[in-house]
Amino acid sequence: MNIKWDEFFVTGDPLILGAQISIVLTMVGIIALLTYLKRWTWLWREWLTTVDHKRIGIMYILSGVVMFFRGGIDGLMMKAQTAVPENEFLNAQHYNEVFTTHGVIMILFMAMPLLIGIMNVIIPLQIGARDVAFPQLNALSFWLFFSGAMLFNISFVIGGSPDAGWTSYFPMAGKEFSPSIGNNYYAIAIQIAGIGTLISGINFIVTILKMRTKGMTLMKMPMFSWTTLITSIIIVAAFPIFTVALALMTFDRLFGAHFFTVSGGGMDMLWANLFWLWGHPEVYIVVLPAFGIFSEIVSTFSRKRLFGYTSMVIAVAGIAFLSMLVWVHHFYTMGSGPAVNSVFSLTTMLIAVPTGIKMFNWLFTMRKGRINFSTPMLWTLAFIPCFLIGGTTGVMLAMAAADFQYHNTLFLVAHFHYTLIPGVVFAVFAALYYWWPKMFGHKLNEKIGKWHFWLFVIGFNFTFFPMFFLGLDGAVRRSFTYSAESGYGPLFLLSAIGSAVLAIGFAMFVYNIYWSIRHADRNISSDPWDARTLEWATASPVQDYNFAKLPEVKTLDAFWHMKKDNEGLTIEDKEIKDIHMPNNSGIPFFMGVVFTVAGFFLVFEWYIPAAIASLGIFAGLIIRSFDYNDGHHIHAEDVRKVERKWRNRKGEVHKHVG
Amino acid sequence: MSSNAEKGFPISHVVGFLISLILTFAAAWIALKTTLSIKVIMWIIGSLAVFQAGLQLVMFMHMTEGEDGKVNIINITYGAFMAAVIVLGSIWVLTSGHAAH
Ligand code: HEM
Ligand SMILES: [Cu+2]
Repeated sequence: MNIKWDEFFVTGDPLILGAQISIVLTMVGIIALLTYLKRWTWLWREWLTTVDHKRIGIMYILSGVVMFFRGGIDGLMMKAQTAVPENEFLNAQHYNEVFTTHGVIMILFMAMPLLIGIMNVIIPLQIGARDVAFPQLNALSFWLFFSGAMLFNISFVIGGSPDAGWTSYFPMAGKEFSPSIGNNYYAIAIQIAGIGTLISGINFIVTILKMRTKGMTLMKMPMFSWTTLITSIIIVAAFPIFTVALALMTFDRLFGAHFFTVSGGGMDMLWANLFWLWGHPEVYIVVLPAFGIFSEIVSTFSRKRLFGYTSMVIAVAGIAFLSMLVWVHHFYTMGSGPAVNSVFSLTTMLIAVPTGIKMFNWLFTMRKGRINFSTPMLWTLAFIPCFLIGGTTGVMLAMAAADFQYHNTLFLVAHFHYTLIPGVVFAVFAALYYWWPKMFGHKLNEKIGKWHFWLFVIGFNFTFFPMFFLGLDGAVRRSFTYSAESGYGPLFLLSAIGSAVLAIGFAMFVYNIYWSIRHADRNISSDPWDARTLEWATASPVQDYNFAKLPEVKTLDAFWHMKKDNEGLTIEDKEIKDIHMPNNSGIPFFMGVVFTVAGFFLVFEWYIPAAIASLGIFAGLIIRSFDYNDGHHIHAEDVRKVERKWRNRKGEVHKHVG
Repeated sequence: MSSNAEKGFPISHVVGFLISLILTFAAAWIALKTTLSIKVIMWIIGSLAVFQAGLQLVMFMHMTEGEDGKVNIINITYGAFMAAVIVLGSIWVLTSGHAAH
């Protein structure tokens, strides 16, 4: 117990004091509101203990949006700091903490939960299943992610934020150079969230391989299900590497081991090597689902079958394979010599080939289609040129010799934002606009949606395009300031203004959610986009059991053909049977709580309390092992009632292919 | 193949056992009775070990049998690929060029 209590709360910075006060006020406000509205049991029954994949998905999405807000504020703070030369808004230390938390939060606590959330809501529906393979484990995934995210987020008010970059390279991240406990948060919070992600990966592999409805062979599976399957496989392959690396980091930082210190016989670059062995596959983990989302949207809104479906599947699998073989491109400058660098240059450039195939497939899908320019399609259209810029600059960076010039400059920062923002953020927005009616029974407003779209896309380009030139002029990344003589001022200012526009775009999104919840038309069809895949073959919002009768699939774009041939859309009373569903459980939530508490003690290196708290983890495991409860039945009569309500015309799905 | 193995004489087990014995004795003989350099010996017995592990997976562990046969093969190949990339890749990257000095 060697932490001094006066260092427990971060003090002395008015920004942070403001944050502390607002956190306390928000918590008090939430508790007061829940008590006032008498919503505690509702919260517990409907959400905290739920094992329903749709609700878990919505909780993931909600957390992801909040984390996007947090990470975005970090981004704006950095842009404000560098808007003019020699600015004194943030000092060097604070800037370090801000880019570190920004990077970690954006990748692990924004991109991952938003994508996993969308998968959760959509995948079982798309493959015609009633839930994921292991519903309770799915809840555990969510609560572990949430635990890790919360632990990481409190760092800036309690104990101090990690400050060694989202990559946390050694020796910088070791105890010797970063003695504060801030970096313990990195090792422990990410570890906890990572376990959740790994479990999700396993869950989705099993779900997709084993729970597809009758007739849906792998090659008749919608593209988003395909990319989710491949993403899950990469998760299972790559996350354990990070688990091990973080465990080694924890040993080094907490228990004085020397895996990554040269003077102790370790090797600092081993960290970089392990980090990127996970880190590069990770960027494909976040971008592949996006490719699936765009594929669904392109085909729905062009009213055509996806062009080159088979080549798309092969391309995704090819990207997944290559993604394991490129990690060294993140540290060419380490100096592994020409052989190593050349090999990794080649593998990296090869990735452009399958990616290019996908680009052309999307373009050819649109060709001669009757394109409907709704918001989801707008995001998809903007994605193509923006991601192309990200991809082309990626090939530039892939050349090891040239990379010695670009390395560690804002050119790189611009490059990866040009891949991550179109590839993840645009995709998530597209997906939310597209599937919102499925989740909540009403659309998001199209007009506000277009404001959101234009402000965000324009703001994004103004923020990051100048950074390419700044980088080429030699502006380094992770630097909190620059001199006026460097001449960087104007471009940095332009970039800062761009980020303000982008922020207004995000605000429009939040406003859109608010507006649509209050005013949007609830009287819409269960298939408002005239879509092609099975998730639209049931009610919106989706009933607990997803499908009264599991659909049967004959072709790709199953629902489209069901509509066209008028087959399988109706259901007769006698076809409806009792439906077996899993029960809610408090164990996953409980596990989330004990992991948070144990993790918190471990961060502060209070070993005895940590050991006691982790007994709770074992308790959870044991209780679960003796839990023989295997669910309940929804009676056919109740199912009939629900079905009658949404199938207005003699039990028919409303819309018809037009 | 599986129905055969269940009822009749377990021929594949016997063959597998014999080959395993041969491989084991070969390794022992090479290690103890030859005058090859240590490096060559390590390479040879290492290869024999990997070969024998594969043989046993197929002959004794029924890897290719049953409804999950194909899946098992894919999984093991994939696992081996990942392990090779991670272990051999890391060694190669961290011990060549300037990084080695
Ligand atoms: C919302 C608008 C965003 C803004 C204004 C923004 C801005 C920035 C800035 C200014 C930096 C640091 C540049 C420097 O090195 O000095 C940065 C770094 C970074 N950003 Fe963003 N960003 C945004 C969104 C995102 C998103 C969506 C992601 C990922 C999905 C992301 C991932 C990262 C990562 C990984 C780093 C590197 C952190 C490090 O150096 O350790 N950012 N961003
Ligand atoms: Cu990479």
